[in-house]
Parts: sequence; C-alpha cells; structure tokens
Amino acid sequence: MPETAPVITVTNLIKQFGRFAALRGVTAEFSPGKLYAILGDNGAGKTTLLRTLAGLNHPTRGEVSIFGKKNFREICPELGYMAHPSLLYDEMSGMENLAYFAQLYGISDSARCAAVIRSVGLDPELTRPVGQYSQGMRQRMSLARALLHDPKILLLDEPFSNVDVHSATDMVHLLARTRDQGKTIFVVTHQATLLERAADEFVWMEAGKITARTRDFRLREGAR
Amino acid sequence: MAPPTGILRATLRKDLRLEWRSKDAINSMLFFSLLVVVVFSFSFDPNAEESRSIAGGLIWVAFLFAAVVALNQTWARELRNQVLDAYRVSPAPANSLFLAKALGNFIFVSVLEALMTPLFVVFYQLRALGPAWQLLVVAALGTWALVVNGTFFAAMSIRTRSREIMLPLLLFPISIPALLAMVQATTAILTGEGARFWMVLLVTYDLVFTTVCLVLFETVLNAE
Repeated sequence: MPETAPVITVTNLIKQFGRFAALRGVTAEFSPGKLYAILGDNGAGKTTLLRTLAGLNHPTRGEVSIFGKKNFREICPELGYMAHPSLLYDEMSGMENLAYFAQLYGISDSARCAAVIRSVGLDPELTRPVGQYSQGMRQRMSLARALLHDPKILLLDEPFSNVDVHSATDMVHLLARTRDQGKTIFVVTHQATLLERAADEFVWMEAGKITARTRDFRLREGAR
Repeated sequence: MAPPTGILRATLRKDLRLEWRSKDAINSMLFFSLLVVVVFSFSFDPNAEESRSIAGGLIWVAFLFAAVVALNQTWARELRNQVLDAYRVSPAPANSLFLAKALGNFIFVSVLEALMTPLFVVFYQLRALGPAWQLLVVAALGTWALVVNGTFFAAMSIRTRSREIMLPLLLFPISIPALLAMVQATTAILTGEGARFWMVLLVTYDLVFTTVCLVLFETVLNAE
C-alpha cells in the first residue's frame, strides 16, 4: 500500500473482450515517484492493464482514477505511453516523428525533440527513416516519443524487447533517473532481472488479477 | 495544448509528406483511373453530343472508385505500428485529425482529377456548352462530398477484418444523393442546361455530412 496519496487508484477493474475477461477485478493503489515492474506470464493481463491506464481500453466495469480524476481527456497530458509496436511512422526520420508528436502536445521547440532523442542515446541528426532503424533503435526512439512532453506518469510496455543488454541497461538507468525526478513509471516486462535493482516494487499478475506485490523480485520468483 | 488548427496543419503536413515519400495513394488512384478511361473508351464510341450526356456519369464513377483506393490508404498508415494509439493518448482533438485526413484526401483526389480530366476531354471530345467554370465548383463540392464521408467510413472500418470491402459497402449507398447531384450537375453544364438545383443540393449534402462526421468522429476514433 502506498505511504503517500496514490497517484493512480484502480478499483475492481474488469475488462472483457467479448466473453474473455482480460482483467478480473483489479484493485490497487500506486504511489508517486516509484518505478513499478509489472510481471506475469503471457495473457496475465499486463498489457490490458497498461492500455486501460493509458485510456486506450475502456473498463467494462470498475474505474481508474489518476491524480483523482476519472476523465481521460483531463489526464492524458500527464501520461506518456510506449506500446510494444513503435507508434512511429516508418517513412519519417526520428526527428520528424518527434517534431510531429510534439505538436500534438503544443511543443514547437525542436531543441526539446533533439534533447529527448539524445537522452535515449540516439543521434537527432540521423536522417534515415525509422523503418530502416534496428529494432533496438526503434524501441529507444519510441521511448523518446513517450518522454517528449515530460509526463508525470510513464506507461511502458515491453521497452526492452529486442534491445541488446548494453542498451537495455542504459534505458534502465534513464528510467531510474526519470523516477528520481518524481515521475511514476510502470514497466511491463518479461525481463524482470534488468529492473531488479531499479524497480521499487514488482507487481505480479496472473489470469487478469494482481496476485502479489513485492519489493524484492527474488522473493516471489523463487516461490514460482 | 496546441490550438486545433495548429494540430490540423501539422497532421496535414505529415500526411502530405508521407504520401510524397510513399506515393501509395496517388499511384494506385492514377493507374486505376487510367484503366477506367481506357476501358470505357473501348466500350463506348460516342459522338460529341452523346459524350456530353454520358461523360458526367463516366467521370464521377471513375473518380468515386479511384477515391476509394486513396481512402483505404488513409488510415492504413495509421495502423502500421499502431501509430493511431499515439494520437489517441495525446490531448489533440479528434476533429483536427479528421479534418486533416479529409483535407489530405481532398488534395489527393483533386490532383487525380486535375490529371485525369484532360484525358477524359480528349478521349470523349468534350466541350462544355454551359459555363465551364461551374465544373470547377461541382468538382470541389463533389470531391468534398466523397472524401468527407469516405474518410469517416474508412475510420469506421479500420478495425474490421475485411476493411477494404467494408468501405465501399458503407460509402456507396450513402454517397448516392451526392453522386446523383454531381453527375446531373456535370451533365447539365456540359449540355448547356442549368445546374443550380444540383449545386445547391451538393452544398447542402456537404454541410450536413461534414457536421455529422465531425460530431461522431471522436466516438469512432475511440471505439475499441
């Protein structure tokens, strides 16, 4: 349970796709300024939970409250979302992509785009289209897009997939620094060991429910 | 947040840039219309007077079918890498996206019309007996009628499995009044009769459907 006022409160959240229930009554509170690793097997409901927090899935029942607000239009400027696909246009360069998405948030400063691209370890001068990037570069550019408007909450779905160990470690350090600036970060991942030291809490999901929340990754992993 | 017109301009610019680089829509539309002109010219061998009475129908049917090709492409590029989700999680208004897409399609179809009309004139020995400038007004109003509904229904069908079939099934029936007005107005101008009634009908159609599409688009965009 959070020690301070929760930044996100999820109450009896149920999400059904037809007859299949992806989330089966999730209730949880999450504190600000923490890095949460959401773990679980395929089909446990991790991505559905993240998409529901991002406002992309509408709850079938239950509710999500972020900063005490339930209207997604009011909350969305405070959310940064990174999905498994890149959410980038393959035909445009990284800088062109970010310049476009920046305008959706009212940012017209190209220096901000360049700074975010540099912060994920890429070169803003790179002119080749994102479609020609390696998978790891695409993931990092996708993270840059999520960080672009300096959101208070980051929702990251599999940010380390297909990223080499060195780059993944750099990304973890960046996330830890971002967390230290007071942001709340949710990372859905199958590579929990990468977050072993950086994460504040490991949230374990199984069959659409949160089954455990541990501070030590190995406590629960050992019991599995 | 940026003003809606700023987001509209940025999205339109981005779409024009993507089309300039990929030429997906314009190439397929051009080849399709070219085929229609050639096939029709082999099928009919009208004299100049007969041409005036059938050209309106031939031209608009060719443009309608060709426009469907472009309209199918409109949202396809937003689905690759799930880029549409990046827009949905942003505070940008849905209507800016819709209007940018509709304007982009208007430009693509207008370019097609500008390139194909001279061919129709040559193949069918067309010469307007009425005021030829009115053809430009009919073209603008008719093209908007096609693209505004087409953009809307293309958005509705993006989550269906057979979206390329679904779009014409939804678009053609609802476009019948506009198509009738376009054909009759064009024929009336070519044969030297008055086209005022049909032009007023087109203006009314455009106003009604643009309003309806703008009112409903946010629901369509956020549907699961």
